Amino acid sequence: MADIIEIRWHGRGGQGTVTAAKVLADACLSSGRHVQAFPEYGPERAGAPLRAYNRISSKELRMHCPVLNPKVVSVVDATLLDSINVADGATNDAIFVVNTSKDPKEIRAKLKASPGQRVFAIDATKIAIDCIGRALPNAPMLGAICKITNIVSLDSMLEDVRKSFGKKFSQKIIDGNLEATKRGYGEVKEG
Amino acid sequence: MAKVVAATGNEAVADALRQVNPDVSSAYPITPATDIMQRFTSFVSNGKVKTEMILVESEHSAMSGCIGASAAGGRVMTATSSQGLALMWEELFIASGTRLPIVMALVNRALSAPLNIHGDHSDGMGARDCGWIQLWSENGQEAYDNTIQAFRIAEHMDIRLPAMVCLDGFIISHSIERIEYLDDAAVKNFVREFRQLYPLLDMEHPVSYGPLILPDYYMEFRRAQAEVMTKVPKVVLDVAKDFEKISGRKYGLFETYRLDDAEVALVILNSAAGTSKDVIDSFREKGIKAGLLKPRLYRPFPYEEVGNALKNLKAVCVLDRADAFGGSYGPMFADIAASLYPYRERPLLINKIYGLGGRDYMPSHAELVLNELVEIAKTGKAKTLKEYIGVRE
Repeated sequence: MADIIEIRWHGRGGQGTVTAAKVLADACLSSGRHVQAFPEYGPERAGAPLRAYNRISSKELRMHCPVLNPKVVSVVDATLLDSINVADGATNDAIFVVNTSKDPKEIRAKLKASPGQRVFAIDATKIAIDCIGRALPNAPMLGAICKITNIVSLDSMLEDVRKSFGKKFSQKIIDGNLEATKRGYGEVKEG
Repeated sequence: MAKVVAATGNEAVADALRQVNPDVSSAYPITPATDIMQRFTSFVSNGKVKTEMILVESEHSAMSGCIGASAAGGRVMTATSSQGLALMWEELFIASGTRLPIVMALVNRALSAPLNIHGDHSDGMGARDCGWIQLWSENGQEAYDNTIQAFRIAEHMDIRLPAMVCLDGFIISHSIERIEYLDDAAVKNFVREFRQLYPLLDMEHPVSYGPLILPDYYMEFRRAQAEVMTKVPKVVLDVAKDFEKISGRKYGLFETYRLDDAEVALVILNSAAGTSKDVIDSFREKGIKAGLLKPRLYRPFPYEEVGNALKNLKAVCVLDRADAFGGSYGPMFADIAASLYPYRERPLLINKIYGLGGRDYMPSHAELVLNELVEIAKTGKAKTLKEYIGVRE
């Protein structure tokens, strides 16, 4: 793995995208790395498009600005594909993970991904509804990212999901999120 | 054992304050500092600290409460931002003139109007000459470390002055980074027991605070205040040395980065200094002798030491995240120019205003400025002395 991995999240307010970035940072910390997680703060409204970022590195992270050239682009809400260019600035070998029920090949075509770029699809919203009963796709997205990027083991990720959700939610919700993370890990498909 | 966490700058400052466990805090919420006191008040409610928390109706009262509690003989802290600091204005001078060692976290934010909640240094720069010590912080780790050290500096028996710890709003206050926390016991031991000096509540030895001082003595009083400021740098360095023993982290009056043999350099505060360091590295890889100076102790400003560190360079750009209106230069530019004034041979200086109201400072901005400095060093001529960067014209 490269010295530094930069991730850009695209979601809508209320979907747990910022929480997902935080959980990922926390999970990567456990392996002794340096981490950053930060959203772009605008007028915060449910449903409004938002971006969040992660940097994960074996070296000290000094850069304090948005990620311009992400290696991983995580699209938590596929409707954003019609309104913003989520591929903007992505590296030539970027990995896209999109929450969609569509075939990953169709998403690949929509993104006009270059040959070096990889595109993955995961029906995170359906998994969330199955496991948690609500359309909160962040846990399966984390599972999918875990699988594709290998930046952190599934066990570390599950541990952090348990820890982060454990502060606020009931055991049922925690178990649901753990199951959703595992299914995200297992069900993500490349196009 | 130190603990490694992924935490926001605000979270780290709140945890430092919990570890210090002050006697009294008086506070009023304002974005982006709110989070510090929100977390701290939970510590109070959950019995994690013994602090007496006074929730007031404005920042003017927050600082007044701190002043009263500090004069009474307590260890006192608060936090604010932007308009909150502006509303404290007259009280800031009373805290410093009365020599009260209050510690305040200042989460730097732009001033209104127009209303803006994002990071910029206008608030802290406006209060730079109010007699408070100022420590500026690049990231969450430095904000945490500076908060702990600020108590020792402010409360030093040779100093007894209020101190503010500055960190960038949102960019640091709300971003999660890897931070190393010290043990609670190590921090407690480091800040030591609070030592009172002429406490109002000592009924056996009554004292008066806030007397009227007429022209016959006012100037001597101010002279003494100016004098005590000269003692601050040594205390800051001594405290930093002690802090290094418990943390392994080194602090000085300012940080120099690849500056020793540099020909061109940036002078820049807080989070943008980190971004700049990565760009300095890429210029070094191209064989360009670039460096950086990041002030930490901004008040009192270590003019002599800064001048000495910069005097041999060919060209320097001071980047200000605040402007001083009136057609003049940015506030830090004026300080850097003053620090270089005594030298006959000195670098050519330029000033850039960047990042106001949270405008992103990108690596490309640092590249632009460094390229300009290389050109200035070559030709000995600067085209524009002061300019806004990253702005639509």
